[in-house]
Amino acid sequence: MKTRLCRVFTRFRPDRDTGWTVLIGTACALVLAPLLVIFMAWRQPAHDIWHHLYATVLFDLLVNSLVLAVGVCAGSAVLGVSLALLTALCEFPGRRLFSWVLLLPLAMPAYVLAVAVLGLLDYSGPVASVLRSLFGSATWLPPARSTPVIIGVLTLTLYPYVYLLARNAFRTQGQRMLEAACSLGCSPCRAFFKVVLPMARPWIAGGVMLVLMETLADFGTVSAFNFDTFTTAIYKAWYGFFSLPAAAQLSSCLVTLIFVVVLLEQRLRSRRRYAESRPVAAGNRIQLRGCRRWLACAYATSVLMLALVLPVGQLLYWAVGSWGEEFNVRYFGLLYHSLRLGMIGALVVVLVALGVAYGLRRRPGPGHRAMVRLANLGYALPGPVLAVGLFIPMIGLDRYVSTFLEEAFGLAPGAWLTGTGLAMLMAYLVRFLAVGFKTVDGAMHRIPPQLDDAARLMGHGSFSRLMRLHLPLLKNGLLTAATLVFVDVMKEMPMTLMTRPFGVDTLAVKIFELTSEGEWERAALPALTLLAAGVLPIVLFMRAGQDHSLRAR
Amino acid sequence: MKRLFLMMVFLVMAAICGVSQSLAEAGELVVYSARNEHLIQPLFDAYTEQTGTEIRFITDKAGPLLARLKAEGSGTPADLLITVDAGNLWHAAQEGILQPVVSETLQRNIPEHLRDTENRWFGLSLRARTLVYSTERVRPEQLSTYAALGGEVWKGRLLLRTSKKVYNQSLVAMLIAAHGEAGAESIVRSWVDNLAAAPLANDTQVMEAILAGQGDVGIVNTYYFGRLLRKDPNIKLALYWPNQGEASGGVHVNVSGAGVTRHAKHRAEAIRFLEWLSSEKAQNLFADGNLEYPVNPKVKPHADVAAWGAFRASDLPLIQAGELQESAIRLMDRAGYR
Repeated sequence: MKTRLCRVFTRFRPDRDTGWTVLIGTACALVLAPLLVIFMAWRQPAHDIWHHLYATVLFDLLVNSLVLAVGVCAGSAVLGVSLALLTALCEFPGRRLFSWVLLLPLAMPAYVLAVAVLGLLDYSGPVASVLRSLFGSATWLPPARSTPVIIGVLTLTLYPYVYLLARNAFRTQGQRMLEAACSLGCSPCRAFFKVVLPMARPWIAGGVMLVLMETLADFGTVSAFNFDTFTTAIYKAWYGFFSLPAAAQLSSCLVTLIFVVVLLEQRLRSRRRYAESRPVAAGNRIQLRGCRRWLACAYATSVLMLALVLPVGQLLYWAVGSWGEEFNVRYFGLLYHSLRLGMIGALVVVLVALGVAYGLRRRPGPGHRAMVRLANLGYALPGPVLAVGLFIPMIGLDRYVSTFLEEAFGLAPGAWLTGTGLAMLMAYLVRFLAVGFKTVDGAMHRIPPQLDDAARLMGHGSFSRLMRLHLPLLKNGLLTAATLVFVDVMKEMPMTLMTRPFGVDTLAVKIFELTSEGEWERAALPALTLLAAGVLPIVLFMRAGQDHSLRAR
Repeated sequence: MKRLFLMMVFLVMAAICGVSQSLAEAGELVVYSARNEHLIQPLFDAYTEQTGTEIRFITDKAGPLLARLKAEGSGTPADLLITVDAGNLWHAAQEGILQPVVSETLQRNIPEHLRDTENRWFGLSLRARTLVYSTERVRPEQLSTYAALGGEVWKGRLLLRTSKKVYNQSLVAMLIAAHGEAGAESIVRSWVDNLAAAPLANDTQVMEAILAGQGDVGIVNTYYFGRLLRKDPNIKLALYWPNQGEASGGVHVNVSGAGVTRHAKHRAEAIRFLEWLSSEKAQNLFADGNLEYPVNPKVKPHADVAAWGAFRASDLPLIQAGELQESAIRLMDRAGYR
């Protein structure tokens, strides 16, 4: 009763939040438009393609997708959480270095790692060749193009999502929880599983959700291995049967599935509250002793070796061979476009994500929550399908507006939306809002609502509260979000291809062109550059974070 | 803090303006291409130098380009669509994206079976999809036809690229045209039974696997072989031209080609460019860049390409590759060819 009164009261206060509703609504509509286009495809029947897929490959594809999703999610969760636990709560040699270097695989596009791994491990690669020359035959060697290897490749590129979010959670609250539990007589190990891990669940779950969406929408990696998943069926329907409706229908099943998973996860978590008030005091980490310290060190090193050092070595080897052919002036143009798009994309996405997260905080009603959930679905769609879903309404809007302007004012704006970078920005927003939102929202959850109330009592309006209270507290979260989105935008291929204006070639586009023709050695240089450009902001951001925690210490 | 916010807003605005600087102004000729940038850029440069016509282009895969053209409808800026594979070209024509072009030059320069019957698209370069074998473990006399790769001799020795690649779809489509649906299916099934490893992601991998000894024989496009040969002239691989006997069909060939879009704003210019591409001057530039064969019979292929020897090419109209592509995919799915 009291809460309802409060709600009625706030609704009629001058400090109103309709603006936030509009913002959330717009973000949601942006994502809904392509989803609507995709679901509308059901109006055009494609029975024969469904029937064919059902009769031949569909069952295998579903099983493959399921195995892949479960494997990669489990792998990323284990890898991400264990590494986060080590670097956030324990002390071992090299911990400070590992704490940020372990994030770097984030900049490695999964399709690049896939090809590097294949280059190294496949039958014709150096590893198998050496083994064959040593032992005469290497038939006992597990094949490189097998399900466990694909799961490994995806896990090694996707675990940083979990690692990053889990580490933030452990750093901000894990330490104190652990101390409290230990002081009550728990062993550190028990305390971790009983207290720290459950408390960090929303962040871990958020990370795993991103991993799940990436895995289900992935095409580049699985096609490098020629491993057939549900996405393969989508592409088969489109590129093979040239039936965009069938491709869209298949995609809509994928979206529905993801939506159900997201709902279930949030249903499970909604009954609990998570908030943490105090800033981090990087106090007493658990000192690992004896061989454990070295085990921890070796573990982190081996992950890095597999995820970063070996593939980069392979790429370098290739790049040296193609250096003369690929390194020219055009190359700097590619780099420039990639960087610029990454930065603009990160800025736009983070601002909108901030608005949406704050709007949700101000008005956490079921309507808003549902809209936000929808707005986060863009990440779950395979890129090309989302690209078409976006492109069709954008073209419509483009033509509508330019016809209107022409008739009303005699202006000829041309393709003001799709001919310019605007369509591209919108596409990035739709695709990566989930990445920005998950991170910002996670950070915002850690600001206790009492602070908002206090600020409100002191007469600060909602905008002023955002500026003066939330933004400073969210600085790290926003930087994290911006870094993630920046790297993601730079890696993105299908939507960049579809929505880019003339002359905008990026590194990812170049890699796509070369790899689609199997010219891996020539693609190595752009791939390495993409990697370097992605690593840089991560390093900067982590260094900033490090300074912060050093000061706190 | 407010200043920070204003600064951010300003940054976003500036960024948006920055992005939109490349606002589409009417260029002379606009091309959508599924043929890669590094292959078409030299051609465009040469044309611009010769005629002064500026060419602007974007590249993407064939599927998204078709979807884009369809969505843009009459508002499309594109004048010309360049893509690889006859199947893709056939589909573009089928979707009503391309318009017929009447040009004597094109009729003269491009053989009939390498263009659309209604002149909506024209093949511009030719590639053969042929057999490749290990010179260490296979004698060329052992090879004969595509179908013979299903024979008992090749059990556990055959390597293939994935059935999802359009080149294999066109190859199987042509098999259907030659042997009928049931005949083609039994050929594909016998291939699958003979595979040395699960189908690979690209032709280069197929050849590398043969070099490493994983298998002994495979099916690849000629230019992929040419690329490997350039890197290592002593490579222990060779091409074999199958189906050379009387009435056994000839080597499967495919094209990369182009067509003028239905709503082209610069139609005349687009046709002039197409004619130039088929001309003796440009054909070498077009084909040699990727070690392909020119379509214009008057033009000789690059010396490296010519060194692989002459062959009798299949003269089945390429249109059939498009018409039968869907059946081919279904057939390969049924046969378990991944």
